Amino acid sequence: MQSLTNRNKPVDRAPMNFWERLYLPEIFKGMIITLRHLFKRKATIQYPEQKREFSRVWRGLHVLNRDEEGRERCTACGLCALACPAEAITMEAAERELGEENLYREEKYAAKYEINMLRCIFCGLCEEACPKDAVYLSETVAPADYARKKFIYTKEDLLIPNPVTEPEAYAKAKGLEPNENRLTGKR
Amino acid sequence: MQHLEIQPQNIKLPEGSIEKQTTTLNLGPTHPATHGVFQNILEMDGERIVSAEQTVGYIHRAFEKLAERRPLYQITPLTDRLNYCSSPINNMGWHMTCEKLLRIQLPKRVDYMRIIIMELARITDHLICNSVVGVDAGAFTGFLYVMQYRELVYEIYEEICGARLTTNIGRIGGFERNFNNTVWTKLEKFLDEYPKALGELDGLLLRNRIFMERTIGAGPISADRALNYGFTGPNLRAAGVDYDVRVHTPYSSYEDFDFIIPTGKTGDCYDRFLVRDEEMKQSLSIIRQAYQKIQEFKGPEAEVFHADVPEYYLPKKEDVYTKMEALIWHFKIIMGEVEMPKGEVYHCVEGGNGELGFYLISDGGRTPYRLHFRRPCFIYYQAYSEITKGSMLSDAVITMSSLNLIAGEMDA
Repeated sequence: MQSLTNRNKPVDRAPMNFWERLYLPEIFKGMIITLRHLFKRKATIQYPEQKREFSRVWRGLHVLNRDEEGRERCTACGLCALACPAEAITMEAAERELGEENLYREEKYAAKYEINMLRCIFCGLCEEACPKDAVYLSETVAPADYARKKFIYTKEDLLIPNPVTEPEAYAKAKGLEPNENRLTGKR
Repeated sequence: MQHLEIQPQNIKLPEGSIEKQTTTLNLGPTHPATHGVFQNILEMDGERIVSAEQTVGYIHRAFEKLAERRPLYQITPLTDRLNYCSSPINNMGWHMTCEKLLRIQLPKRVDYMRIIIMELARITDHLICNSVVGVDAGAFTGFLYVMQYRELVYEIYEEICGARLTTNIGRIGGFERNFNNTVWTKLEKFLDEYPKALGELDGLLLRNRIFMERTIGAGPISADRALNYGFTGPNLRAAGVDYDVRVHTPYSSYEDFDFIIPTGKTGDCYDRFLVRDEEMKQSLSIIRQAYQKIQEFKGPEAEVFHADVPEYYLPKKEDVYTKMEALIWHFKIIMGEVEMPKGEVYHCVEGGNGELGFYLISDGGRTPYRLHFRRPCFIYYQAYSEITKGSMLSDAVITMSSLNLIAGEMDA
């Protein structure tokens, strides 16, 4: 076979020499490598007690966001459901009544918002599609459960705690310093 | 034999049955040695394989059909799941196909960033393949040692896109975000530490007599037969043909880089191992060159991470929240209502295990009219029966992992 380029370099396929044929020297060489690893720092971590930190942009469990006054940001525009390649998101919109201004930020809100975590592939397209900073993927992983039904997360499961009434729970759920932009990871 | 109650000559077969000289053996679909769902129906004469028949379709997920119902940007997560050992290459290949259709020119810096990601993915892919060849030959240790270094690469992906295996990295027209400092430090750490780990893997396997005798002469294929089957990538190069998509039809500015194409002679498992080993070293050198080139950008150029195409690349989030124009573009792009040109494009990239091609036909609608993935594994698997015919069963197992057959890519 003639060469197609001038960058061709045959690999070194030298036959075994005497020492390699003897088999033992190479085995000892390998043993030394493994023995050296015995004294190296271990690469594993003790998982449930010790946890590795996710990156700031980790695509984990979804969170429905609230604004600083504790009002739901979602306006049920449906872009996240449209952008979802796994078709995991369903929602129903409703109109805000008088007197509900402290609950919902805009005149329209999601009365029902469900994500099927068994369908979700955590691609992050919903977060990217959201024009209201209402849905984002947090730095946790979706927990395991026993029944399929429990993987359909409703709005109550997804909503972040209210920053006005439960500021501590909110800060814990957020896990972020304020004013951080999640998409760029910049403060 | 005297102590046995039933003696072979006394066994009476049911009437009408045919006496067979060979044994039928099902290797797979869920065999621990096949690393994925592959079924091989082998006719065995003792330990030798007389004939083999493959079954495909165990994890068929209808990706090509699904893609006909998705706007371009939603197809990226599907490509993640082709060759999941090197999903960033698939993602980038898909983005480049779209860019070819939409006629988007990328800035050089984005090209180089893509090259870094693609070469990292190639390293992880080859690393898994080579260490798994070791595992199938009975050397488990090397596999465990190199996994730590794959972890480093996965942390780099995690910092850029937020996921490790099914990355969905990059967007049409660039990247979703610029590489931050953590990425660069982690990349430097990887470039620093990885050659040592590769040296260890070589030390454990490369000149070891057991490994050499297991792999030399196992599963060979000649250059002619490989070309006839349509082999590409490391498997073709191991057979002696120096064909590399990165050199023959350069994409993403690969022409700016200097690297060599390692080739083997006989196309056996040992050749494939050596070719992949050398390719990892070449990939490292490409990453170093790209990193150096990226550092040379100064001023506003050094912050570019996407092409200036507001029709296809999403506007900044801050603008979407505050500006009407940006919000309109945002809605248009997400809903897939941007203008799509009519036409056919084929784009191929040098994937982890061969030429990964995307054949996209657009009729101007919001979704592709037809999309075909050219998946190298599917082609290698056709040759599997010819390669393994006459060899031992244990060689067949090692050949399968050395061809780098990945079930996710075989069935789209």
